[in-house]
Amino acid sequence: MGKKGARRMVQLRWLAHARSGDKGDTANVGLIALRPGYYPLLVREVTVARVARHFRGEIRGPVERFELPNLRALNFLLHGALGGGGTLSLKTDAQGKVFSTALLRMEIPVPAGLRVS
Amino acid sequence: MRDIVRIGSGQGFWGDSLDAPVRQVEAGPLDYLMMDYLAEVTMSIMQKQRARDASLGYARDFVPLMGRLLPAMLERNVRVISNAGGVNPRSCAEAIAAVARDLRLPRRPRLGIVTGDDILDRLDDLLSRGHPLANLDTGEPLAAVRDRVQSANAYLGAAPVVDALARGADVVVTGRVTDTGLTLGPMMFEFGWRDGDWDRIAAGTVAGHVIECGAQCTGGNCLVGWERLPDMADPGYPIVEARPDGSFTVTKHKGTGGRVTVASVTEQLVYEMGDPRAYITPDGVADFTTISLKQAGRDRVEVSGVKGGPATDSLKVSVSYHYGYKAVGTLVYSWPDAYKKAKMADRILRERLGRLGLQFEEVLTEFVGVDATHGRLAGAPDPDIAEVQLRVGVRAAERAPVDRFSREIAPLILNGPPSVTGFAGGRPKIEEIVAYWPALIAKTEIHPVVDVIEA
Repeated sequence: MGKKGARRMVQLRWLAHARSGDKGDTANVGLIALRPGYYPLLVREVTVARVARHFRGEIRGPVERFELPNLRALNFLLHGALGGGGTLSLKTDAQGKVFSTALLRMEIPVPAGLRVS
Repeated sequence: MRDIVRIGSGQGFWGDSLDAPVRQVEAGPLDYLMMDYLAEVTMSIMQKQRARDASLGYARDFVPLMGRLLPAMLERNVRVISNAGGVNPRSCAEAIAAVARDLRLPRRPRLGIVTGDDILDRLDDLLSRGHPLANLDTGEPLAAVRDRVQSANAYLGAAPVVDALARGADVVVTGRVTDTGLTLGPMMFEFGWRDGDWDRIAAGTVAGHVIECGAQCTGGNCLVGWERLPDMADPGYPIVEARPDGSFTVTKHKGTGGRVTVASVTEQLVYEMGDPRAYITPDGVADFTTISLKQAGRDRVEVSGVKGGPATDSLKVSVSYHYGYKAVGTLVYSWPDAYKKAKMADRILRERLGRLGLQFEEVLTEFVGVDATHGRLAGAPDPDIAEVQLRVGVRAAERAPVDRFSREIAPLILNGPPSVTGFAGGRPKIEEIVAYWPALIAKTEIHPVVDVIEA
């Protein structure tokens, strides 16, 4: 196994795009690699643990992750994210439409030499 | 059998662009137009309308829209499929027939009516025969909220739509049918797909998911390249060019705005997605991890490789029930110290609510411009921020405390922190909360009915 080498932190915003939606009180965030080469990095670094830590205090339930290598995307389910969801919620983002960009704020370690747009 | 069938979306939700359906029919070749009118709790609104007037209970604006579209539809051989029928598809179809008769069309259009989804009147019978209609999220039995139920509809799939088309319907008006069923139906009809053709049914399901939100796959709400999209005042709504083998192309009419790219289609594919390997519909289960996308020229994305499995033996049921009431009040505070002023106003308001002894299930404060979208992830605002909107919402089972809350916002204008504005809208509206209860029912209990009438 090769050594990791020098790394730096980069915001997901520069590595992926995303869209989010709702299913009841759960927000789903689809995270899509901006370049095919970024997908393995996302798989390795955008873990359930990291995402749960990122959203700690903002969501009330667990996080699940699914992989869609065919689309170079990950799908995250953020449970208890929408204040009851649907018509119950008092939130501005009752339908979870900007959880996408909230996830894009998260930083992950990338190889120091990685070219990022 | 045709090699290509073109199915377009004319509407992603009730309240979407008024012109999109007309553009779809007029701006280029099209065989079918699907339109979605039913959000999760729309049926409760329609049940209330029908309770007041037995001839109502459907999306009324669908009728004049059909009046506008029928001449071009008949001339160009375009058929329309929509769930605008709500809880009274027959009445909706009859209203369209009446409009059609006044239009002097080259022939009498045929209207397909799909019902059998409405189980409101059957609920007690179903419950007593051991169908608990348990909430899919919480496991609670429906009995817990039975006396507050306002609507109950099973989600039908593509089969009754296929039946209506086979019987010559030009317009198919349904009650609750899955959005994907509205697109899959014409594909199954044209290509003769049947139960057992799981991969092709899955492909049609994917096509339905891609176009069911209208321009959200043709450049709308897309994070890639949004600043450079052409003419978003006239976005082309999506069109699926479907083929008998299940592969299809996502495109839009030439001359319309927006862009169809792998990025825009991928964003729509992951939208409102649970476990991507098992996208369950009444017609089959699609595996979204088998989809292959390829850009095939400007505004054309090819979709292929879709695999799927057999349908389950249940149907999803959407029940709506009365939950309580809510209201949201807002005030805008300006620089300097906009955030501090807004926070102080919130403290004063909460102190007032406490002294009045008002009980709420929840009181939520957000500061628009600071934390309403990303919470604490946005960090602290710029101290010189130009303005901050204080936004406070309350929810309660009873109306009275929500009503009293709604009267505590305006006094802050004269009584509270300075430099406040943005209150011209008047007292916050009290909204009845109708909540959504998702459940399952055995398919053997649900019997779709298809009628076709001539205008």
